[in-house]
Amino acid sequence: MVFTRSYTSNQLPFHRAEALRYFGYPQSAIPTPTVRSLFDECVEEGILACSYQVCYTELDVKINSPCDMDLGFIKANSRALFTNLQGCEKVIAFAATVGLGVDRLLARYGAISADKAYAVQAIGAERIETLCNVFNREMAEKYRQKGYYARPRFSCGYGDFSIEHQRAFISYLDCERKIGLTVNDSLLLSPSKSVTALIGLGKSPAKNQTEICENCNQKSCEYQRQNEENLNDEKDRS
Amino acid sequence: MKKTVLEKINSELTYFDGGMGTLLQQAGLSLGELPERWNLTHPEVVKQIHTDYLAAGADIVKTNTFGANALKFSDSELEEIILAGMRLAKEAVEKAGRGYIALDIGPCGKLLKPYGDLEFEQAVALFAKTVKIGAPHADCVLIETMNDAYETKAAVLAVKENCNLPVFVTNVYGADGKLMTGADPKAMIALLEGLRVDALGLNCSLGIEQMLPLLPTFYQYSSLPIIVNPNAGLPKEEDGKTYYDADEERFSTLMQEAVKAGARVIGGCCGTTPKFIEKTVQKTKNVAPMPVTNKNYTLISSYTHAVEFSQKTVLIGERINPTGKKRFKQALRENDVNYVLQEGIRQQDSGAAVLDVNVGLPEIDEVALLQEITVRLQGVCNLPLQLDTTNPTALENALRLYNGKAMINSVNGKAESMHAVFPLAKKYGGLTVALTLDENGIPDTAEGRLAVAQRIYQCAKSYGIDKKDLIFDPLAMSVSSDPGAALVTLQSLKLLQNNGFRTVLGVSNVSFGLPKREAVNATFFSLAMQSGLNAAIVNVDSTEMLKAYHAFNALCNLDENCGEYIRFATEKLTAESPQVLENTAKKAENTSMEGGSPLQQAIVKGLKEQAKTLTEGLLTEQEPLKIIDGQIIPALDEVGKGFEEKRVFLPQLLMSAEAAKWAFEAIKTHLLSSGQTQKKRSVFVLATVKGDIHDIGKNIVRVLLENYGFDVVDLGKDVAPEKVVQAVLDKRAPLVGLSALMTTTVPSMAETVQLLKEQAPWCKIVVGGAVMTQEYADKIGADKYAKDAMETVRYAEGVEKTLSERKEK
Repeated sequence: MVFTRSYTSNQLPFHRAEALRYFGYPQSAIPTPTVRSLFDECVEEGILACSYQVCYTELDVKINSPCDMDLGFIKANSRALFTNLQGCEKVIAFAATVGLGVDRLLARYGAISADKAYAVQAIGAERIETLCNVFNREMAEKYRQKGYYARPRFSCGYGDFSIEHQRAFISYLDCERKIGLTVNDSLLLSPSKSVTALIGLGKSPAKNQTEICENCNQKSCEYQRQNEENLNDEKDRS
Repeated sequence: MKKTVLEKINSELTYFDGGMGTLLQQAGLSLGELPERWNLTHPEVVKQIHTDYLAAGADIVKTNTFGANALKFSDSELEEIILAGMRLAKEAVEKAGRGYIALDIGPCGKLLKPYGDLEFEQAVALFAKTVKIGAPHADCVLIETMNDAYETKAAVLAVKENCNLPVFVTNVYGADGKLMTGADPKAMIALLEGLRVDALGLNCSLGIEQMLPLLPTFYQYSSLPIIVNPNAGLPKEEDGKTYYDADEERFSTLMQEAVKAGARVIGGCCGTTPKFIEKTVQKTKNVAPMPVTNKNYTLISSYTHAVEFSQKTVLIGERINPTGKKRFKQALRENDVNYVLQEGIRQQDSGAAVLDVNVGLPEIDEVALLQEITVRLQGVCNLPLQLDTTNPTALENALRLYNGKAMINSVNGKAESMHAVFPLAKKYGGLTVALTLDENGIPDTAEGRLAVAQRIYQCAKSYGIDKKDLIFDPLAMSVSSDPGAALVTLQSLKLLQNNGFRTVLGVSNVSFGLPKREAVNATFFSLAMQSGLNAAIVNVDSTEMLKAYHAFNALCNLDENCGEYIRFATEKLTAESPQVLENTAKKAENTSMEGGSPLQQAIVKGLKEQAKTLTEGLLTEQEPLKIIDGQIIPALDEVGKGFEEKRVFLPQLLMSAEAAKWAFEAIKTHLLSSGQTQKKRSVFVLATVKGDIHDIGKNIVRVLLENYGFDVVDLGKDVAPEKVVQAVLDKRAPLVGLSALMTTTVPSMAETVQLLKEQAPWCKIVVGGAVMTQEYADKIGADKYAKDAMETVRYAEGVEKTLSERKEK
């Protein structure tokens, strides 16, 4: 059975530093006062536009080798996913979205104010990340009590785990009906601020697993997180 | 004789069956498997479910065709599945000796444009296929579990255009009382009653508890039987077992409440079983349902909300109209859709509740443009629209694609007008503005205008259009040419009101030919409101009009605690003094450009209003070109250089670009008023490639290119290769920019590049976007990979320079 959860903004603390990072300000940079006031204006509006929903289900999996992984609803062939899921007996497959409101706001500002559109997209990116993080933490805690250790979430399109699997996630989780999430012919998700992913569950803790950002091969990424502390940084940097 | 299904639901409490998917899963359907295939593989299971529901007391069975559409099945399999589904229901009904068959249609699984990639007409065609196969074997069609207003409209049109069966529609409302794409119940009632469905309501969702609070709104506003088909609560999990959290007892008790609140056709959705229906029948069969009555509310809607025309006058923004506006005409001629969108958003911010949309100019293809503007305006602004055209084809095309129930401007008492407009209002729904004039012109007296109104109403009635869906404009004529004109209009308003007609006025005409027209308009507006005016087409940028509006509402107890008046007075009437502006400027941060002029500084700092005001000031003493070359461009270059050297971050660059845009807007307006046009640089065609629906990057590039004077043709997002090539050929553009966000959309970029190389070999192609790299760009044969917007500008300048040098030689 596919379950749904909805969240309110109160349950999802806003990580200002993260949003600023998506806005193009690395931690070392301090936005000017005019940039800051524009950003603040958009934060309020952006958060108000969100409607947070997650749908998910639990599956038994067989992780034999990189080219032999049975995830219940897909057969996967991926070295990166194998590394992530090694030792797992179950996975949670989930889809999360912050809703169409953010896309509407983006379209509106796209027409009148490119600077605000850019700010809203950064805020939307932070919102969906935070939603996933909170949901993941809840799942990790829930399954910890059943004796499982959760892996960092893993999405199709990461490494060599084909983005083509996006369709299987959407249809298997009945995403359109459950949370209003659809995928287009180019495998893009609508609403755009949405994520599908797997959370591996194993009876022993993962070895040498780091968070997604640090684990990524894309070394020249301008959005790369500097260190773990940034994640918890909720205070204004200036 | 057996009642028809419509007679049945209108005369008594009627029962739908419950969930199908849940029962199929119990019988072995696995998650992810398409349930409709079971019509072919397990017909006996499907038929037994129908039989069980009929035995439990259900009157209407839903066929197992929820997801049977051409996106999920091949044409041949689709036909087999639907026909089998219809047959199984029919056999069950025949065996039971009672019951009706509803052809069940669920959402197609894709989101419509502009946020998804499915065209509205594609959606209509998809649903039409299902209807054509299934409808001949059904008693009615149930469109259910729809969570998007636009898709719902597409499905209803498909049914209406391909069969004569009654249409029932149920939507999914979330915990916030809205569809996932934002529409509230009132908006859906307006839309669906406009489309002439036969019953409407809610299904699926969270469960009956969450539906109950919405029922009073449905019963208050809807004149149709209300359907309630809830889930058996929420899916829960305990000790490895999964279940829905409402049992038959609780479900049926709550359904009793639903009937008392106005539900008349009831059944179940996910998780409900024949037992749920049986228990519900037991508990409700002696409850008398609330009567179905005609509700007299005048509503229009967008894809999020409805606007009601009652006591408080509705403000309709008049600015999207080329009449008398040079800048607007220029925008239309240049196909500058963005300018029109900006006008719309600005009016919403100024307090308009509805936007009039008129794009009629003699030299323009109004049919195509009205449709494009309607769709694109709805992409950025959630106000209901008033489609304003005298061209019936333009009206029909725009009405069809409009997401909601629109206002139609206008019909008049001439037979030709009425027979052109009313069939469209009947088919698509709408609130029609009716001008009280006919073949003999505008009557001189109020009685004469009322007589025209009566005739218009009679004709509308013959088309099946209600009085509440007409709104009469008794026409305001200029008092400078006819001193009694305003009085006749005001008398007409009262007379129309007394006869139960809604009224609307274009207010501004009354002052034509007089100096300081705003003073006259505002007073006339107050008098008209006092005479009961329901809606006014006004300039919402006029402070005088807004003063009259808010003061009137406060005085007439139409503004709770004078809240709106106070907000208006604080925000709009306490204008910022020059001193305040100066302080803001002082407070602004220091930049490297300390020596720049005030305008340069405003642009560097990204201060939009100031950039505009300062430019307006400079225009009184300097040539526009001097301001552009001497101040705006140097300021942009300064920020651009900082960006290239990584001293300035993208948001700052964007804010400067936006500030420069405001300065340029002041210059454009100035040039137009003195009859000049600005010389533009080369044409630059810009598009996000087919399949890609993200356009933030492309929009950034557009703003910067426009700042640097390029003649940008922005084709938008998800643009087919052929369309890009056509635009390049039409303008013989020397430059084209393509953006793609995902690896999955790079092939469509490659295809576009290929087609351009073949058909427009002179055109230089710049590519960019999140996944683009130099390597990719080389591979697909682009001329240039630009990593950001500034690099695109520099490249465009370079290409232009080479071209002009070549010309000189």
